[in-house]
Amino acid sequence: MSAPVFRARAVTKIYRMGEAEVQALRGVDLEIGAGEFIVLLGPSGSGKSTLLNILGGLDTPTAGDVRFLEHDLSRADEAALTRYRREHVGFVFQFYNLIPSLTARENVALVTDIAADPMPANEALAWVGLGERLDHFPSQLSGGEQQRVAIARAIAKRPQVLLCDEPTGALDYETGKLVLEVIARINAELGTTAMVITHNAAIAGMADRVLRLGNGRIVGEQRPERKLTPAEIAW
Amino acid sequence: MRSLDRKLLRDLWALKTQVASIALVIACGIGGFLGSLSTHSSLLRSRAQYYDSARFAHVFGGCKRAPASIAWRLRAIPGVSEVETRVVRDAQLSLPGVVPPMIARLIGIDFAQPPGMNRLALKSGRWPAPGAAGEVVVNQRFLEARHLKLGQEMRVLLNGKLERLRLVGTALSPEYIYASRGGGMPDDEWFAVLWIDAEALSAAFDMEGAFNSVLLRLQRGASVEGAAAALDRVLEPYGGIGAIGREDQLSNKIVTQEINQQQIFGIVLPTIFLVVAAFILNVVLHRQVNAQRGEIAALKALGYPDRDIALHYLEFASVIVLLGVAIGTWLGHWLGRAMTGLYTEVFHFPHFLYALDASLVLAGALAALAAAGGGALAAIRGVLRLHAAEALRPPSPDAFRPLLVERLGYAAMLTSAQRMILRNLERKPVRAAITVIGIAGSVAIVIGGTFWADSIDWFMDVQFNRVQRAQVNVVFPDPVSRDALWELERLPGVAQAEVSRAIPVRLRAGHRTYRTAIMGLADDAQLRKILDARLHAARLVPGAVLLTTRLAEQLGVKPGDDVQAELLEGKRVSADVRVGGTVDEMVGMNAWMRTRDLNRLARESDVVSGAWLLVDRASEPALLEALKQIPAAAVVLVQRTLLETFRRTSARNVLFFTTVLSIFAATIAVGVVYNNARIQLAERAWELASLRVLGFTRAEVSVLLLGELGLEIAAAIPLGFVAGYGLAALFVALLPSDVIAFPLVIYPPTYLLAGAVVAAAGVASALIVRNRIDNLDLVGVLKTRE
Repeated sequence: MSAPVFRARAVTKIYRMGEAEVQALRGVDLEIGAGEFIVLLGPSGSGKSTLLNILGGLDTPTAGDVRFLEHDLSRADEAALTRYRREHVGFVFQFYNLIPSLTARENVALVTDIAADPMPANEALAWVGLGERLDHFPSQLSGGEQQRVAIARAIAKRPQVLLCDEPTGALDYETGKLVLEVIARINAELGTTAMVITHNAAIAGMADRVLRLGNGRIVGEQRPERKLTPAEIAW
Repeated sequence: MRSLDRKLLRDLWALKTQVASIALVIACGIGGFLGSLSTHSSLLRSRAQYYDSARFAHVFGGCKRAPASIAWRLRAIPGVSEVETRVVRDAQLSLPGVVPPMIARLIGIDFAQPPGMNRLALKSGRWPAPGAAGEVVVNQRFLEARHLKLGQEMRVLLNGKLERLRLVGTALSPEYIYASRGGGMPDDEWFAVLWIDAEALSAAFDMEGAFNSVLLRLQRGASVEGAAAALDRVLEPYGGIGAIGREDQLSNKIVTQEINQQQIFGIVLPTIFLVVAAFILNVVLHRQVNAQRGEIAALKALGYPDRDIALHYLEFASVIVLLGVAIGTWLGHWLGRAMTGLYTEVFHFPHFLYALDASLVLAGALAALAAAGGGALAAIRGVLRLHAAEALRPPSPDAFRPLLVERLGYAAMLTSAQRMILRNLERKPVRAAITVIGIAGSVAIVIGGTFWADSIDWFMDVQFNRVQRAQVNVVFPDPVSRDALWELERLPGVAQAEVSRAIPVRLRAGHRTYRTAIMGLADDAQLRKILDARLHAARLVPGAVLLTTRLAEQLGVKPGDDVQAELLEGKRVSADVRVGGTVDEMVGMNAWMRTRDLNRLARESDVVSGAWLLVDRASEPALLEALKQIPAAAVVLVQRTLLETFRRTSARNVLFFTTVLSIFAATIAVGVVYNNARIQLAERAWELASLRVLGFTRAEVSVLLLGELGLEIAAAIPLGFVAGYGLAALFVALLPSDVIAFPLVIYPPTYLLAGAVVAAAGVASALIVRNRIDNLDLVGVLKTRE
């Protein structure tokens, strides 16, 4: 494994839901190397999203240490986390989270406007195969196209990490595969560290490393012997 | 409790801040409505009760001097139930330490046998002992305005002889609720009403066995006009100056004008509030209904009929309205009490009567329910159209399109944030329009409520610096030769003097009549000008009369027509005069002629009855002292003092209304802006949180939401200026104007104040919402579809 970009030690997260306490993470230790493709598997409530959110700077742990390179994410304040997300992280969500009032190009430009060294919006959209649909609004795009715009938006800032939460959850099989291909290509060709949460165990074949979560802990880790291409997997 | 009712309560609780802000807008409307109209009815009731208990006269007549022996002829006038004859004279009054002369209206009373009409209520002190010539009772307001104490001595010039009178008591009279020398302004510091022993007064003015003032009370249903005309016929040989009904009695007229203002305010302003509240409620309910699509679908799937669901949302609206009505009733009661109190003080009604009629509350509540119900129904109609299956599906993503500027090829000019803001605005034009109209409405309310101060200022400036440039106005009770001018010019400090002529007259055109005076002016008059509200000078046409537009309207005549002028003085000539023109004067119902023509009409030589003096300020005291020594110049008015009194009285009322209306307007602005921001936030929370996840700062995200509101406020304020001007014009047009027609004048600071109040309210509500932007749920947004 190359030099780690993420280092997590004894990470615990407790949510208070009214009077009940939910322990989402119970002491997670983890290192992720630069350029790794990680797939997080686990049932609902196992803590995968909580872990991804903490690594992505959307949330902070209740206890434990999380570092991204030299950044201490566990003790950063809101402004520092915003800056971290802005400079280093690309997100892809299950429901794309595009801005409906902006066209595909403008949704990407939203990020390139505030990033330090972005790629042009057109180039990012070409990367995901949408060079032709630049001026369409989200309401004029299919689900797969919308997700690809979301990916273009995520990579346009040339992030060090790409965090994807159920990126194919809302898509049909063919479109889902198309989206996975794009993520794999970005990981391979741009060297972006990628982390994908999924319910779909078949996707695990694409990973450098598969982490299984259960009840707030990492309960299994596995390195496939051969990394499959999206074309090779099926579900 | 039914489950739907429970849902209703929880929905209301979840939206409590919005519910409160809408209820407050409704409360302002109801409060203004009830406050104004209850003040109106309470004042009418107080006045009626006062007039009844004090047995206020129905007809007022005057003459030069009539023998007491003709009283039986007055009693014989058909419809007359009671007659009171008395002596009333104006005289110069001095108090130690007060240089400008004051006027005392002396009214003779037999204190042993108090009059049956216009009864006095003793406010403090005692009545003069019957026959005690040197004791007087003064009107309460003069005592207060001058800070006098009982026992005070004053000097009054009685028929050329200076007499000392001692103040032994104060009284209230229905005849002088508003004490004024004329001109329609309260004049308490410079005008005193003194009730004095009748015999002493008669003796002083050689009026023994005679009278010059008549009061009539009429039988129920008797005609005021008929009685006044009959009274005129009886008094004519004795120098009758024309009888008037209660309606035209000065004090009553001013009181009526003030009371009627309440009715206009009470209807115009609350209407705006209720319309705005209906708009906001409509927008909020639309949002609520859209946010609850799934729930509505579930209810439909469970078998709830459309009617129940519609009723559920109507109840939601009704609860807000009723909450507003409850607060508004309390507010209206408080406002009404305060305003009635304020006016009771101004009018000096002996009793404070305040009542808020239940029927008024009911009317207000129904109006509010109707307004809000209309707004709610529009929102609910959408729900009823939804099929259950359709409602269960998430709504399709909002469709947007490029902006007009972009379609025209200027896309590069805009940043992403600007595009989002503008496209949102362009996509929901109706909502943006409602927001803009609501905010503009509150700007207009501030202007409509506060421009009075400007109007009064301008009116004062024009009236006292341009129309009447003289500081001192000398009036001769009997016409004197024009030579008096030379005498006046020689007085100390007189820089310029001009003489004038005034003859009381009854103008008649067909069956319409009006009692006023024809004022004679020199062609080249400089100290008294006839200007309209736009400061255009009117020209006197030789041989013709110039009428104030309102007077011409009242008489139903236009330039070129003839009016019959019945002069009520001297030879009492009655002749037709041509109307040479009309002028839109701000004060009174005046008729003007050239002095020469007026004297010719009266078949008199070149006489004058008054003079205007332009005075060098420094020598004013010396001049006033000198004037006091001229017995023939019985009445002297000093314009500056009149102005100061008026400004002070009006300032307090204006301040009260300005404050109340500014608070009301700010409530509307907060209601509109806050609700809008909350709805926007609810609709776009998902989008904004997504941007926060992408690394946008709180400030950047706030700009996207609040930028839209900022644009709306920026657009609404100038629009509000225009609407405010319109509202002010409406008030000016609606308010009665026979005493003073206030001009439509709005100074820039008034616009500024209105803009600032509303902008501040907008910023405050934006900041409250901003707090919610800061606490957006970033994690939750990733897991839910909008």
